[in-house]
Amino acid sequence: METGTSRVKRGMAEMQKGGVIMDVMNAEQAKIAEAAGATAVMALERVPSDIRAAGGVARMADPTVLEEVMKVVSIPVMAKARIGHYVEARVLEALGADYIDESEVLTPADEVFHISKRDFTVPFVCGAKDLGEALRRIQEGAAMLRTKGEPGTGNIVEAVRHMRLITGQIRKVQNLSKDELYHEAKNLGVPYDLLLNVHETGKLPVVNFAAGGVATPSDAALMMHLGADGVFVGSGIFKSEYPERFARAIVEATTHYTDYKLIAEVSKNLGTPMKGIEISKLAPSERMQDRGF
Amino acid sequence: MKIGVLALQGAVAEHIRSIEAAGGEGIAVKRTEELQELDGLIIPGGESTTIGKLMRRYGFIEAVREFSKQGKPIFGTCAGLIVLAERIEGQEDAHLQLMDMTVARNAFGRQQESFETDLDIKGINEPVRAVFIRAPLIKEVSPSVDILSTYNGEIVTARQGHLLASSYHPELTDDYRLHAYFLDMAKEAAAAGAKE
Repeated sequence: METGTSRVKRGMAEMQKGGVIMDVMNAEQAKIAEAAGATAVMALERVPSDIRAAGGVARMADPTVLEEVMKVVSIPVMAKARIGHYVEARVLEALGADYIDESEVLTPADEVFHISKRDFTVPFVCGAKDLGEALRRIQEGAAMLRTKGEPGTGNIVEAVRHMRLITGQIRKVQNLSKDELYHEAKNLGVPYDLLLNVHETGKLPVVNFAAGGVATPSDAALMMHLGADGVFVGSGIFKSEYPERFARAIVEATTHYTDYKLIAEVSKNLGTPMKGIEISKLAPSERMQDRGF
Repeated sequence: MKIGVLALQGAVAEHIRSIEAAGGEGIAVKRTEELQELDGLIIPGGESTTIGKLMRRYGFIEAVREFSKQGKPIFGTCAGLIVLAERIEGQEDAHLQLMDMTVARNAFGRQQESFETDLDIKGINEPVRAVFIRAPLIKEVSPSVDILSTYNGEIVTARQGHLLASSYHPELTDDYRLHAYFLDMAKEAAAAGAKE
């Protein structure tokens, strides 16, 4: 009997496919998310839009948030640690989190090194904006990836950019000859073997979800069209007027992302979505996607 | 043999790949009408709460019960096993309520307690690598249910006529023997149907 194997960690992410993972700040929101059909919840003190509004240093949530949420739902519970913050990750592991998000939404703790995720039994999800970042995170032991998007903005454009870039880079790698692959590995700053795997399979070796800016059912369906295996929704649900309706509609649109009549139906009378932010209005220092590398 | 994989959420592509490797045709099923052309159905791993809710929303509960009445085989893995069960421990209602067993959800604990191991399975010669992820257990079965394998004395694979269930994920390995076993069940059912 072996625990914490790569297959066990990645397998858990495989089971999330086609699903929606929702940010929740307390037990009550977690129950709403589960009832709407979320496949997992992310327990945190503040959703990204609140983190933006509050400013200052954003850290791992108070453990009681995670514990309360774990008590009330039977779906997996995830939690965020700062980039490079081993101890926050160990604390979340000790508390029994099912998955850890080494997340740029929190203020990074290390400007050079990410956590060596292979050392943990608990699986990790990490953000990536391009193929190089994606493969570096996998090399460090990430069992799942997500686009970074621009969290807390309700603006899908950056998530689209990241997903397009990664899939475009994968297509390019598929068309390279074996000898060109060595050079491309150096260019991207990634291990040759991982790049060879992408060349041969035409896909990433782990599940890749969309995240950062998903605010409507159509946003979620758009990301599925672009090749996402599932969707994370942060501020989009509990910063909208009627979270229950938004949560359920986003789940349905993710499942049936090519059924436009159904998406039209579920998009009716949802009330006001979360207020968005135009990305160009963000100061460079406020761009979360540029954290991590 | 055309084997559908219920594609509302979960490890759909992996089951399709395994069925095709075992010599069948794998089809992702999103609508109840698509059940008609199938010789068998797999309910994959995923989150049972989510899959159950979406099945209810889209009329799959009745449609799959009807599919089962025709004697067509159904294979539930992990969440799929929970969906098939007559009774779920600690819950008042179950989903399809087709297989006469009581199951316990997340019976091994949280994700950190997830594991892989080798299992002896009745009807398959060499041990099968089994990946358990937040896995359920079969706690009680009626005498009509055949126990195919146990782990630490607990039931993890079972068959009742045309219904097959595993606590673990055969679709996450490159071993296709359990899928081949299910394809054989579909062939037998098709042959029996043809005789009538």
